[in-house]
Amino acid sequence: MLQDITLGQFFPGTSFLHRMDPRVKIGLLFLLIVLVFLCNTAPTYGLLGAFTLFLMLRSHVPMRMMLKSLRPLVWIILFTFLIHLCSHPGELIAQLGPFEITKEGLQQGIFISLRLVFLILLSSLLTFTTSPLKLTDAMERILSPGKKIGLPAHELAMMMTIALRFVPTLIEETDKIMKAQAARGSDFASGNILQRLKGFVPVLVPLFLSAFRRADELAMAMEARCYHGGEGRTQMKSLKAGRLDYMACSSMAVLTGLLLYLRFSMQ
Amino acid sequence: MEELIRLEDLSYTYHAGQENERPVLKHVDLSIRRGEFLAVLGANGSGKSTLAKHLNAILIPTGGRCIVHGIDTRATEELWRIRQQVGMVFQNPDNQMVAAVVEDDVAFGPENLGIPPDEIRSRVDAALRAVGMEDYRDFAPHRLSGGQKQRVAIAGALAMETDCIVFDEPTAMLDPRGHEEVMATVKQLHRERGITVVYITHFMEEAAEAERVIVLEKGSIALQGTPREVFTQVEQLKRMKLDVPMAAEMVYRLRQKGVKLPKDVLTEEELAEALCQSGWKM
Repeated sequence: MLQDITLGQFFPGTSFLHRMDPRVKIGLLFLLIVLVFLCNTAPTYGLLGAFTLFLMLRSHVPMRMMLKSLRPLVWIILFTFLIHLCSHPGELIAQLGPFEITKEGLQQGIFISLRLVFLILLSSLLTFTTSPLKLTDAMERILSPGKKIGLPAHELAMMMTIALRFVPTLIEETDKIMKAQAARGSDFASGNILQRLKGFVPVLVPLFLSAFRRADELAMAMEARCYHGGEGRTQMKSLKAGRLDYMACSSMAVLTGLLLYLRFSMQ
Repeated sequence: MEELIRLEDLSYTYHAGQENERPVLKHVDLSIRRGEFLAVLGANGSGKSTLAKHLNAILIPTGGRCIVHGIDTRATEELWRIRQQVGMVFQNPDNQMVAAVVEDDVAFGPENLGIPPDEIRSRVDAALRAVGMEDYRDFAPHRLSGGQKQRVAIAGALAMETDCIVFDEPTAMLDPRGHEEVMATVKQLHRERGITVVYITHFMEEAAEAERVIVLEKGSIALQGTPREVFTQVEQLKRMKLDVPMAAEMVYRLRQKGVKLPKDVLTEEELAEALCQSGWKM
């Protein structure tokens, strides 16, 4: 089934996040990102943090998997925190050589790091709960108004679909070629990085050749099945926003209102 | 029977007019009737794949005409109508699947034709049932066997409601089980749905299932007739470097040794029968 497509980090499930229309999810994600940047006080960060945690829990994606998505950015977050920690003038709480750590700095450091953490978690929630195919589909729909100014929305989406379709095929083929070349004495595992790269040439050449042949045959097969671009084309699985999506939108409206209230009236 | 496709004096030359031009088909005349099961045989380079690609206007003849449903394939504005009526299944099962899910792939053709979503859904379900792949609708193509992929490709053509399916060596890359699967599906569609089948192959056993066989040699039709008529021309077939069914070959050799046997023996059962009746002793 779809989960076999190893691209991306989709985690199959049936939570409400999985069932939502991907277009709505993308739209709401953008709104959430704006909201993250509007946060400036403890209550606003608290509210957004609680909401993020709620989504994470309800997505049924294992917590460990989601926290893993933070790992590549841990150093950036730490660095941001340290910079903010020592670069805000104010009430001194500690002195480390030339660095003055202030209360304001500490607060700002925590806030900005939290901002980064929220951004990462929220966007990975989208990719965890939406299959690459659905994302592609949503992308085509969202970009389609751009067709009027010459944006090839359909073509981009078709390219993505075909790429997703052929990733497993090409992985299999690479494996086969590597074994065939190894049987002829190719060595992929030893030597320095340059030698190893060189060892890959006998794999890449046949792989590319075959990919071109595949592309040629696929194009013919598509034409034989009446493909003539996106014009006049229908879709069996057309995306449809349902009750769930309206509910999600209204909850987001409430959240936005609450957040704006907290930000602008509590100062 | 009503005529579905007619080739009139059809010729095709690759790179026509250039230095490296290579004539592949030479003055082929052929009429394909509605509901027929026609096998096209030929050695490598005999032009059989090129012939197949003319039947749904992937290639346009450089000489003569190809008429599908009364439409000349040179009429480019009717291209989609021709391709809707004549579906095609190619040799490599991997390189003709577009979508990453079986049912989406079957829906690809009807989607291109601009059919409303609800109808596509019912066509896809019916097509998958017709080839016995309804349990695999959510599968990714790389999890299917070669025979299953070819059956999905057949469903893709059926979902466009084609009258005729052209098979271009559909079993050349499959294992024996895949062969059987595809052949059984083809025969069933021909028998139960009256689909016109043009089956290009170099396997004798597959061609023997057809109602009519044509043999191409160097771009021209060298032999044609029922499988029995064609396969008993042992000398001709051998000259064209084609295999001969085992029974026909045996009869041919025995007759050369002077054993009295009837000439038109095709299956192994018939061979056994003929040998018993000949009363020949070692």
